[in-house]
Amino acid sequence: MEPIIFKIILVAIMFLISLGIAAYSTYAERKVAAFLQDRIGPDRAGPYGLLQPIADGVKMFLKEEIIPNVSDKWLFILGPSMFMVTALMTSAIIPWGRPMEFGGVTYNLQVADINIGILYIMGVLSLGVYGIMIGGWASNNKYALLGAIRASSQMISYELAMGMSIISILLLTDGSLSLNAIVDGQKGWNWNILYQPVGFIIFLVCAFAEANRTPFDLPESESELIGGYHTEYSSMKLGLFLFAEYINMFISSAIISTLYFGGYNFPGLDYLATVLPTNVVSLISVGALFTKIFFFIFVFMWVRWTIPRFRYDQLMRLGWQVLLPLAILNMLVTGGILTFFNS
Amino acid sequence: MQLTNRSKVVVQKEMNWIEKLYLPAVFSGMAITIKHLFRKKATVKYPEVQREFAPVYRGMHVLKRDELGRENCTACGLCAVACPAEAITIDAAERKKGEENLYREEKYAAKYEINMLRCIYCGLCEEACPKDAIYLTDRIVPSEYTRGSFVFGKDVLVEKVDERIDVSKRKKEYSIVNNPGK
Repeated sequence: MEPIIFKIILVAIMFLISLGIAAYSTYAERKVAAFLQDRIGPDRAGPYGLLQPIADGVKMFLKEEIIPNVSDKWLFILGPSMFMVTALMTSAIIPWGRPMEFGGVTYNLQVADINIGILYIMGVLSLGVYGIMIGGWASNNKYALLGAIRASSQMISYELAMGMSIISILLLTDGSLSLNAIVDGQKGWNWNILYQPVGFIIFLVCAFAEANRTPFDLPESESELIGGYHTEYSSMKLGLFLFAEYINMFISSAIISTLYFGGYNFPGLDYLATVLPTNVVSLISVGALFTKIFFFIFVFMWVRWTIPRFRYDQLMRLGWQVLLPLAILNMLVTGGILTFFNS
Repeated sequence: MQLTNRSKVVVQKEMNWIEKLYLPAVFSGMAITIKHLFRKKATVKYPEVQREFAPVYRGMHVLKRDELGRENCTACGLCAVACPAEAITIDAAERKKGEENLYREEKYAAKYEINMLRCIYCGLCEEACPKDAIYLTDRIVPSEYTRGSFVFGKDVLVEKVDERIDVSKRKKEYSIVNNPGK
């Protein structure tokens, strides 16, 4: 098999998995919400309500498509498309598991192993806010505009702290930005969370803010902004916005697992690699990564149904006055300790 | 006057720096919600599972028949007079010869209508009835599409001879309160 064909297959698989997980995240969200509130959640469509996402999807497609007269039509369509595209693009550089082998040729379970992996993620993630901004602006609606403004300023505030907390990780992995190198540096129990607990908390909080999840869901706060940037959207365009958000959540969980929880590594993986066939071990490692991802998706939901939304000034104060200084301090302390022990 | 011990004095003090991090509060909140994950669910899956009604529940009315299948109602009109919502309309008629197996008294209600949208389900008609004829049951009034179809006539209200409606729970309460000797 040609490597390029393998890549295309991998891209297709990742695309389908992203969409599938996003679809079932909506179901999981409702179930988790229900369980945390002593309810049982959707259980009518299929056994345990498992067909609910399909029913929702069909509903989204069949709803009336409304594009406001006063809106800029092309930008209005571009907004959700762009949000969706950027959300899907991020999954390209995450190493999903140990390499597989077919006919003596090794295939990396990673669409693109680029040496600036993390920069790529940060770049594409912040591009995502353009989708929100364009959508909110093109709607020609003050609530949508307010939501878009909130999204962009929130993104700027939290991106900095996020970048600073990532730099501490880079210091640990000898400055390599490639996600592959970062994962390789976390074999066994050697996970980054053990060295960077503060950095992890900062990154997690920033990830919540970047994914527009509660308690930082100010851009779309229903009670204040009537849905924020997607106020004017209907039908599948609204679906794309909501869907892309769940994909963002999935990717954020994948990145958190990769950066701080050893990616596909788990204790005993190296031993398994000596006794089991390569491809089986590879699949097990993929399973390990997805277990971590699902756990973090659950944490996202768990937090959403626990914490009320921040006020806007609290959000800004937390970002600029707490997280950013803390991240810089964390970076300085990490650098200081590494320099001390290396010299 | 203090009614419970649950009142809390509100203090608007400045948060200290640990509280400003929000993390301890967040974690304690998450501990509370995760406990609820394993709690017994409060949901009753309604159409399949139905909760038992309270014995005092007042739902759709029934016009009773006696043991021989004759209608109890004698169209005295006390229920209509007692009704605060003026929901009951009665037309009386005289029992003809040969109808003794249909009506218990010499006079009966040719028309007995309750407007279910006017009715406030207070149960005063039941209290006013001297003939044990009308009772409020634990049945729920079905939904309809038009206002007119909420005016229930005798065809809906009178119980079928072979399909008796059990009102023993309400009868018991009634007799204890109003007829201590019985």
